[in-house]
Amino acid sequence: MKVSMFHLMPHRELPADFEQKYKSVWVDPPFPELADAERVGQYYNWTLDELAYAAKKGLDGICVNEHHQNAYGFMPGPNLMGAALARETNGTDVALVQMGSTLPTTQPPIRVAEEYGMLDCISGGRLVAGMPLGSPMDANMIYGIAPIEQRERYYEAHDLILKAWQSREMFAWNGKYNQLGKVNLWPRPIQKPHPPVWVPGLGSYSTWDFSAKHDHCYCYLSYFGAAAAETTMKGFWDHAAEYGLKENPYRAGFLQLVAVSETDARAEQDYAEHIEYFYNKCLHIPPHYFGPPGHQDYNSLEKGIRSGRTGKLLEELGKLKQYRYKDFVDKQFVMAGSPSTVREQLREAARKLRVGNMMVLLHIGSMPHDLTLKNIDLFADEVMPHITDVWDDEPWENEWWPERLRGPRQQFTPTRG
Amino acid sequence: MTTATDTGVTIVTTLRDEVTCRVHVAGQGPPLVFLHGAMGLAWDPFLDSLTQHYTVYAPEHPGTSPGDPHAIDAVDDLWELVLHYYDLLDGLGLDSPVVVGHSFGGMMAAEIAATDPKRVGKLVLISPVGLWRDDIPVAQFMQMAPEEVAEIAFADPGGEIAQQFFALPEDETAQQDVMIQNIWAQACTGKFIWPLPDKGLRKRLYRITAPTLIVWGNEDKLAPPQYAEEFAKRITGARVERLDGAAHLPQVEQQASTSRLVLEFLNG
Repeated sequence: MKVSMFHLMPHRELPADFEQKYKSVWVDPPFPELADAERVGQYYNWTLDELAYAAKKGLDGICVNEHHQNAYGFMPGPNLMGAALARETNGTDVALVQMGSTLPTTQPPIRVAEEYGMLDCISGGRLVAGMPLGSPMDANMIYGIAPIEQRERYYEAHDLILKAWQSREMFAWNGKYNQLGKVNLWPRPIQKPHPPVWVPGLGSYSTWDFSAKHDHCYCYLSYFGAAAAETTMKGFWDHAAEYGLKENPYRAGFLQLVAVSETDARAEQDYAEHIEYFYNKCLHIPPHYFGPPGHQDYNSLEKGIRSGRTGKLLEELGKLKQYRYKDFVDKQFVMAGSPSTVREQLREAARKLRVGNMMVLLHIGSMPHDLTLKNIDLFADEVMPHITDVWDDEPWENEWWPERLRGPRQQFTPTRG
Repeated sequence: MTTATDTGVTIVTTLRDEVTCRVHVAGQGPPLVFLHGAMGLAWDPFLDSLTQHYTVYAPEHPGTSPGDPHAIDAVDDLWELVLHYYDLLDGLGLDSPVVVGHSFGGMMAAEIAATDPKRVGKLVLISPVGLWRDDIPVAQFMQMAPEEVAEIAFADPGGEIAQQFFALPEDETAQQDVMIQNIWAQACTGKFIWPLPDKGLRKRLYRITAPTLIVWGNEDKLAPPQYAEEFAKRITGARVERLDGAAHLPQVEQQASTSRLVLEFLNG
């Protein structure tokens, strides 16, 4: 199994009364009231340091993503972070998992092809090309894409990017949303025919379908843990089977929050406040922000309402503020505890969900820098070595990992911070 | 929503026969076309009042007809939606009918009257969207919670009329039907007004030749009433009527007065 550290780059010091005083963590939070640009510079640098440290400690990949006007994650340009990380990790065999540039809101979409091409060149072919559809907050509310057009724009951008990477000849693209007369990409990525493509999703039927159809890696990015993910991942695997795809576990990715300490009791002391900060403040979002009309296509909308799934999801979101550390751990939203507690849960989750590309969120909410490094240390030293062999008894190759990095990891002597 | 009169339904195909448009038809007299707002068509007492003097044709916006959600895929942009209405008027055989539009439907009525003036005999715009002023932004109601929309769309959000307007049926399946229809109607109309309802109508309004009535609720917080003058100053001879005790839906909240004003204008 490949295990990568994910980072959201949150505001680490939101005020105690944030969720009472402000409407939402996303779209509306006023930067001048809530943040200080000098301090934000520190957050970005901590984030880069933490990811680079994880890379040196032996994590297989490091992941950044794109959000806008969002106090729990403000990397509006994920490839800026990716560029810094590519440079910083040169000479290592860590993958740069960009999860990634949002396709429908990057104009023209060949910009994604170009920047990913740059990252692949700078990093020596270590790029994983994430292709997100974009959240309704980012794409519809902030970047102004009409919700009903978002998927169609995504499909077109995807096809254009893949063609731009692979076509030997210059071509004209006469799309519905993009007309480009002379597409002749500079640079092309090192990886041929193109870098592996990962598609982040939240469980919609349309995204399973898309990933299966194009033979991309489907990644379920959930903040609600492995236990709650079983239905979704089963749905994905059933769908992949209908397409006649082999059950190669590496065609699936999953995001899990993880917090490791010396003992279970110590983990609670170390992490409880930061985990509660994440779920209470960072996920303080009005429920209707998740569903601007048309963001879900008609079939998903109808299925969601008639099955009661939409209602249940919103109900769960509403309950988050009542939960405390124990609830988050019991429900496995977070796998927290001693190394042995965490490694058992992660192994079991990987098997149950049939996931070969595991992403772990090792910086959570308000976690300070030093504690994050501790979490990375314990995870890399005491958890990783016990879980990477989870699929070794099956004959699969990770076709969705940069080809040069598929062999055994090199050893490094990391320096902290 | 109130269903006052049983209406007949006529089908007209438009846009290369890719859209099968359902048109509710009721009443007697000269033709009057009613274009509904962003939430979809609800046949109500206002439309009933018009049927006393007119044959009312009320089309459903593409994609909002039950069982036909993908019809919207045939309409790429605002220009095609205008062509859809030309096809529709031709299909119904209507030669310069009265056109009445509410909110999003008002914007479309104005687009038809501006782009092909002879297609519209008389024009009634009830709290139309389509213009923009930075100092009085039109509310982004599709991005609001239902209770927030009620606050800005009704003069008396707690009153019986507003309550009735938002009431859901008791039966679970019927309730789901209404929720799905409401959301999808906004998805299909939002395609043409997302994220802001200013798509250049300001530059086209001067072409309107139809006698025009503009009706606005004085307490409209969704599209502030100053927009009445913004429309009026660009349409030659347009008349503005404002109503107290009404916000964005004067034809619902002050139905009798709205009906009276509209009929006086049309019959005058």
